[in-house]
Amino acid sequence: MFDVAIIGAGVVGCAVAYELSQYELRVVLIEKENDVAMGASRANTAIIHGGYDPEPHTLMGKLNVEGMRRCFKLCEELDVQHIKTGSWVVAFDEAQRATLELLLEQGIANGCEGLEILDGDVVRSREPNLSDDIVAALWIPESGVLNPWEFALAMAEVAVRNGVTFMPNTKVCGMSWQDDHYEIKSCVIGAGSCASANESELENGKHDTSCSAAKAAMPEKITTICSRYVINAAGVESDRIHNMVAPPAFDIVPTRGEYYLLDGTAAGRIVSSVIFPCPTCAGKGITVSPTIHGDFLVGPNSEVIGDREDTSVTRDALLDIAQKARQIVPNLNVRTSIRNFAGVRSNSTYGDFFIAKSATNFIDLAAIKSPGLTCAPAIARIAREILGEEGVLRERRKDWRGGRRIVRFKEIPEGERAAFVREHPLYGRVICRCETITEGEIVASMKREIPPVSIDGVKRRTGTGMGRCQGGFCGPRVLEILARESGHEPLNIVEDGCGSTILVGETKDPRSREVSHK
Amino acid sequence: MKEYICIVCPRGCHLAVDDENDYAVTGNACLRGAAYGREEAMHPTRVVTSSVRVRSRKHPRCSVKTDIAIDKSDIAKAMLLLDDVELIPPVRRGDIVIASLFGSEANFIATRDIDE
Amino acid sequence: MKMYDDYELIVIGGGPAGLGAALSAREHGLERILIVERDVELGGILNQCIHNGFGLHYFGEELTGPEYAARLIDRLEGQAIDVLCDTMVLELIPGEQGHTVRLMSMAEGYRSVGSRAVILAMGCRERTRGAIQIPGTRASGVFTAGTAQRYVNIEGYMVGKRVIILGSGDIGLIMARRMVLEGATVLACVEIMPHSGGLTRNIVQCLQDFDIPLYLSHTITKIEGRQRVEKVTVQEVDDHFNPIDGTEIVFDVDTVLLSVGLIPENELSRAAGVEMDPKTSGPIVFENGETSVSGIFACGNVLHVHDLVDYVTTESEGAGKAAAEYVLRCAHTSHKRTCEKTPYISLVKDETVTYTVPQRIRVQCVDDHVRVFFRVKTPYKTPRRIVFRDGDRVIASFRRPYMTPGEMEHVTLKREQLDEVLGDELTISVEEIR
Repeated sequence: MFDVAIIGAGVVGCAVAYELSQYELRVVLIEKENDVAMGASRANTAIIHGGYDPEPHTLMGKLNVEGMRRCFKLCEELDVQHIKTGSWVVAFDEAQRATLELLLEQGIANGCEGLEILDGDVVRSREPNLSDDIVAALWIPESGVLNPWEFALAMAEVAVRNGVTFMPNTKVCGMSWQDDHYEIKSCVIGAGSCASANESELENGKHDTSCSAAKAAMPEKITTICSRYVINAAGVESDRIHNMVAPPAFDIVPTRGEYYLLDGTAAGRIVSSVIFPCPTCAGKGITVSPTIHGDFLVGPNSEVIGDREDTSVTRDALLDIAQKARQIVPNLNVRTSIRNFAGVRSNSTYGDFFIAKSATNFIDLAAIKSPGLTCAPAIARIAREILGEEGVLRERRKDWRGGRRIVRFKEIPEGERAAFVREHPLYGRVICRCETITEGEIVASMKREIPPVSIDGVKRRTGTGMGRCQGGFCGPRVLEILARESGHEPLNIVEDGCGSTILVGETKDPRSREVSHK
Repeated sequence: MKEYICIVCPRGCHLAVDDENDYAVTGNACLRGAAYGREEAMHPTRVVTSSVRVRSRKHPRCSVKTDIAIDKSDIAKAMLLLDDVELIPPVRRGDIVIASLFGSEANFIATRDIDE
Repeated sequence: MKMYDDYELIVIGGGPAGLGAALSAREHGLERILIVERDVELGGILNQCIHNGFGLHYFGEELTGPEYAARLIDRLEGQAIDVLCDTMVLELIPGEQGHTVRLMSMAEGYRSVGSRAVILAMGCRERTRGAIQIPGTRASGVFTAGTAQRYVNIEGYMVGKRVIILGSGDIGLIMARRMVLEGATVLACVEIMPHSGGLTRNIVQCLQDFDIPLYLSHTITKIEGRQRVEKVTVQEVDDHFNPIDGTEIVFDVDTVLLSVGLIPENELSRAAGVEMDPKTSGPIVFENGETSVSGIFACGNVLHVHDLVDYVTTESEGAGKAAAEYVLRCAHTSHKRTCEKTPYISLVKDETVTYTVPQRIRVQCVDDHVRVFFRVKTPYKTPRRIVFRDGDRVIASFRRPYMTPGEMEHVTLKREQLDEVLGDELTISVEEIR
């Protein structure tokens, strides 16, 4: 029996887990994917928003500035990569300049500090690649960028360190109230991990390594989790979770946003802060922003889609994004693209975050759309307060251990590198040459509270494969280390989610030679 | 009439070989092309390259090749033979991995050294 | 290994270019040479190119990749050239009195080593899906051909059972054959250009031999599959490479191999302030392989992507010799940089030529002749003339029976021809024969 079950290990769920781990509570964090931050939390613009955009009467408006400041503080405390870049909202004509005035007032009402509207020439003196057609821009000095998946992961790691149970590969399929607790029916995919699924299959003598077979081979087991309280942080699935226990109150409108990631070494210093166009009803528009890895993100567009998990990119959207981005940065060269990706945002018919106690012992932190990443720590604070009012929060843990320090070879000062590597030889072998990530960093990531189970899991934790070669060089090496350190067969190492197999068999094995009839 | 693209040089002449008329070649720009066309029509051969298992942690596979070209029609059969080979280091370039393929003069030989 | 603190020459990269350069520098009199290789053994990408077809020009016989590499590695025997494998160069810092190389390995730790001259021989990397923006999901099963080649040939793993190849570059064609021989089904090779990017020999022996269809003027317009690739859509493209509606062909595959181009790996060079040529993505070099930073030379695929390793070796021997001459000149003359202030002519190309290497020629530094490598932009099936002009004056002219962008061409300019150039530019163009 748990005191609190958090459904969804996106950035909101992780922030809540972090917050609750500070109390004497039995908390479980339930996630349908094999890692934290697998939905919108990992495919977004990675911006800590300044707080000028949401209207003051909304929850988004009320929580943004608080969230922003807590984000920066948490990034410091948990050693999450971030940069306080500041951001600009640019205006191309007098009508848009008027919008800036409105945003300025809105920002002040929301608690932003240091906002100012500057003329185009001043803007260009600070961001020389911006279009000559920009007449003015709103400067938001407090905002910045961060590593979004590391942010979620760092909070989850501290939570797990302090007793929170993390259940990956566990999809909630039903929930019922039983006198004093919820019974949460969950479907456990691969009985814990993808790798063990394949291994059990192997024992049954049905070993077939083709990818479709590997997926079919993932046994699913129904399990029941009991918890007195349930917190719905299920992101794009949050309406479905809500509807399991309460009358429908909102519908998620899955909204896909596509992106380019441009190579910083090839593209040059395009911008040094986040550049937004003037917002419209469709959202904040196509943004050009630096990343903490020294690259640049361009996007997202905004497209309502039927399939909540459809993170494909499309030719038309990418062409459209490139064209719109060039209005802001005319010499933007998408030929320096190293990756395209898409995220599905949890927009909803409600129009604001849906945060409420919607049923007995059931708290919705639902329909968290942008600026949800920024607001996550403030949303977690509200969840804690609701639980406090319910009398759930007993004492604070006296043995709570916060904080987090990550050794990143790149950050070690020149003068200290030789001594450090002498002491820790694994940091002397560079595995990812584009990002200069060492074997020491990869092995260390596997020894932390939530070890990676996939190539992309290592990527999110260490930065391997983030760069221009996109894992072409380091992929096989990361796979080897992952297999060695986890004790799994290389054949069972996945790229990302369960079923995303990489290797399908060995050469010189007659089974690899079977002609597949499809 | 059989048609081939000549690979003797980068020019890539389109050859026509008349297999009912003493393998006469047309479309070639040089004599080497004519010879290639006849050979391809009458008795096509290929050098086969692949790899075999090695009992080694560092090098799980060792590259191999046929030391002379073998009949094109024997390639698939030859590949299957390699499934059953496992080398034990040290391996030296030129070591015979499978001798006299299908009774011919061709052998599979190692194309690299593996010390351990 | 006992290392010097200060080398005469550090060669970054131990593939065919680095080996050729180091051996040549040794032959031309250098005594303290270090090769730094990031992989666990020398040979570079040749080690995974287990197919044959290498060495016809240079060794006069047909070798496999590992055999070609071994021939060069054997020559290191007794040459007292220091070698560091499993070692990454993190930074190259140019200096007036020599350059500094920061390198790191588990065995040697992190250290800075000085060197009078440096040869860049880092090779190239493959273009990825992100570079060409293939629409669709992010399913696993999309590999660059070279990564697949490493898994299959070195590590002994199959990467898929039903395969489609995008791009008709040589590595893609070679991998089509490898996958078939190892038991996979290769359904098609798809090329966006109206002509193949690979050698004819590979089209014949890797595709035609196995009845693999080659779709020219086609590209992949969609990848489907939630976890692993399940399906791809191929479409014909128009003259502007836009997909044509109604030409969709859907393939049930679990694997996509990309062979869509190679990019010289020049991050170290760029960071060192070496001037780059946007057309080659490699350094701009003078007649002897020297870059814009004096004492730093470049050769092999880091300079421009070659289609034959034999030419890499020849080019590298030139760079090794030039580096040796540079070091010895620095040692013997008070005037350290004899060539630095020497005037040069720039090779300028018209729209028929993609690039030239070298890009600059210091006529006074040319002993006897310079070999100029170039690629044409479009295929020529009938004879053409390659003309070098100084303004309106023809300086040199060469006839070629046929040319194709997939095959690097070269011509030799003699010193006496170069002496006739009065301006500071020499224009190269491909012209009709009248």
